Amino acid sequence: MLAIWDTYRLYIIIVGVLLALGASTLFVTSETKQAVIIRTGEPYEIVNMYDPDDPFGRTGAGFWFRIPVVDRVQMVERRVLDLDMDNEQVLTSDQQRLQVNAYARFRIIQPVTMIERAGDEGILNTQLARILRSVLRQELGRRTFASLLTAERGTAMTNIRNTLDTQARAYGAQIIDVRIKAAELPSGTPLDAAFNRMISERQEKAETIRAQGRKNAQIIRAEADAEAAATYASAYGKDPEFYDFYRAMESYRATFLSENAESTMVLDNDNDYFRQFKRQP
Amino acid sequence: MLDGLRTRLGGAFGGFAMAGKKNPWGGSNGSGGDDAPPGEKPSKGDGPRNPWLPGGGRKGGSSNIEEIFKNRGPEGPRRGGGSGGPNFRLPERPGGGSWLPVFVVIIAGLWILLSSVHFVQPGEQATVTRFGGKYVGTFNQGTNWSYPWPISMVQKDNVEAARIEEVPSKLILTGDQNLVDLSYSIRWNINNLSLFQFQLEEPVETVREAAETAMRSSVAEKTLDTVISGEGRADIQGNVQTRMQAILDQYGAGIQVLGVEVDKTDPPEKVIEAFNDVLAAQQDAERELNGARRYSQRLLAKAEGDAEQFNQIYSQYRLAPRVTRRRLYYETMEAVLSRTDKTIIDADGVTPYLPLTELQRSQSRSAPSTNSGGQ
Repeated sequence: MLAIWDTYRLYIIIVGVLLALGASTLFVTSETKQAVIIRTGEPYEIVNMYDPDDPFGRTGAGFWFRIPVVDRVQMVERRVLDLDMDNEQVLTSDQQRLQVNAYARFRIIQPVTMIERAGDEGILNTQLARILRSVLRQELGRRTFASLLTAERGTAMTNIRNTLDTQARAYGAQIIDVRIKAAELPSGTPLDAAFNRMISERQEKAETIRAQGRKNAQIIRAEADAEAAATYASAYGKDPEFYDFYRAMESYRATFLSENAESTMVLDNDNDYFRQFKRQP
Repeated sequence: MLDGLRTRLGGAFGGFAMAGKKNPWGGSNGSGGDDAPPGEKPSKGDGPRNPWLPGGGRKGGSSNIEEIFKNRGPEGPRRGGGSGGPNFRLPERPGGGSWLPVFVVIIAGLWILLSSVHFVQPGEQATVTRFGGKYVGTFNQGTNWSYPWPISMVQKDNVEAARIEEVPSKLILTGDQNLVDLSYSIRWNINNLSLFQFQLEEPVETVREAAETAMRSSVAEKTLDTVISGEGRADIQGNVQTRMQAILDQYGAGIQVLGVEVDKTDPPEKVIEAFNDVLAAQQDAERELNGARRYSQRLLAKAEGDAEQFNQIYSQYRLAPRVTRRRLYYETMEAVLSRTDKTIIDADGVTPYLPLTELQRSQSRSAPSTNSGGQ
């Protein structure tokens, strides 16, 4: 080892120096970052600045140079960033409470402005979240509860996006999209009221079904009664007088011969049954 | 001049020197003799593990405490040469030269080979970046060659396999301002790897958020009953997929939504009782109808039977009206009067007597056990 050092000392030192120089003057910008070179406190150059017309591979990503000590490189996100806002209570114009979860997607398009006004992505995110919250309240507060439940929410989302975008541009950011993830009833009284309404609706439905069932059953019975009456009439109508006799006979049997009938008859001997009985031979 | 530079750069070279020492073959550097790599420590020397046992049987054991501490000192037993210690020397090449350059070349060659060939598995793709910076291309499945690391950095990802996001059940507002308890899952994969890797900060989170937005707005277009009964399910799934895809495309996410499956659509737990009651009401109504149908079948059958009976009799009666009539009359009277208690009175209005037989009968029925008693 020492022998190598002695033999190749010069080469090793030269390679080392080159590596050290390279490490301190070259830097790599990833496809996901924009690099701002700050020379003695002054933004001097932006590497790989976002441009929608550059596909990946033809952006400015890759190696770039800086002067050691003098230049500072700050990496700024180039990707689409998340802005989340959870559980914001909004009072609609008809005084209903609505719990809103929204999100926005944004991108830093002017890294220098972003560094000057916000500092870094974290601070920018906090600032934008605050703006989003107030814009959302303002815009949704002008609308009725029912209109916020519809899928597209009318022009509300466009307005929110535009207002937020205008304010975000001051921070060097561009709002790509604002969406309401969820508009819900806040737990407690509003939610319970909704549940109670649902219950009463179902009760009404259940009662309607039962009543309809009873009604239809009644109709079926009535129709059967009518049909039976028609059947009887068509048969018995052929001879009403005989029917009267025949039915009377049937009826006597039914009344006097039933299982638990214990009848006592008091008969006049004038009765037709005794006609032959009384006849004097 | 060079010496001065050397001392100044000494710090910078420290790192390389350290790296050299970790190399198991590079131990011949004399300056590294003091501390060997930690991994080799246990194998070197036979230092006692138990502090109260002297010498660990190394030289028959010395009881001299000074000897013990001398051996156990920071540079005691470690300094004693084991076989793999700092004094280990590489065997020399026949020509008298060192093997070291050969090893270096082999290792470098292996390094270059292993980091420049990439076997991309079926369903996978890989992006290639120059030093982790500029994107230079995408590898498809199979064997791919690149410059060795770190000139080319390769990031593999599965682009074909469906990834599944399960969204647990949540209360969602329907179009008629009711709530439905709904859970669903999304299947997606990557359709543009470079966009997927470079475009969004949190692609997976974005999929979930886009799904939730799309699901809520799709459910808000339907009434509760269509959502729960399942007839609106296919509609909702289709709408969510279209909406999600539009959102993700707008962001340039490089993600394709393969499908959306609604797993569960239930009424909220608090109102499920009332919903079940509606089902019960349907059963009740059905039962009511069945009862009515039963009644009507019985009634109609009886009517037809009666009518037929009458018709049969009547057709006979028509052949001999008088005889038939008398016969029916007598048969009936016979049947009736044979089973009843009869009292026949004179037409001249003799006062009827009490029906004693009747009284007796009812008495014996009400107290049958007293029959044997003397009355």
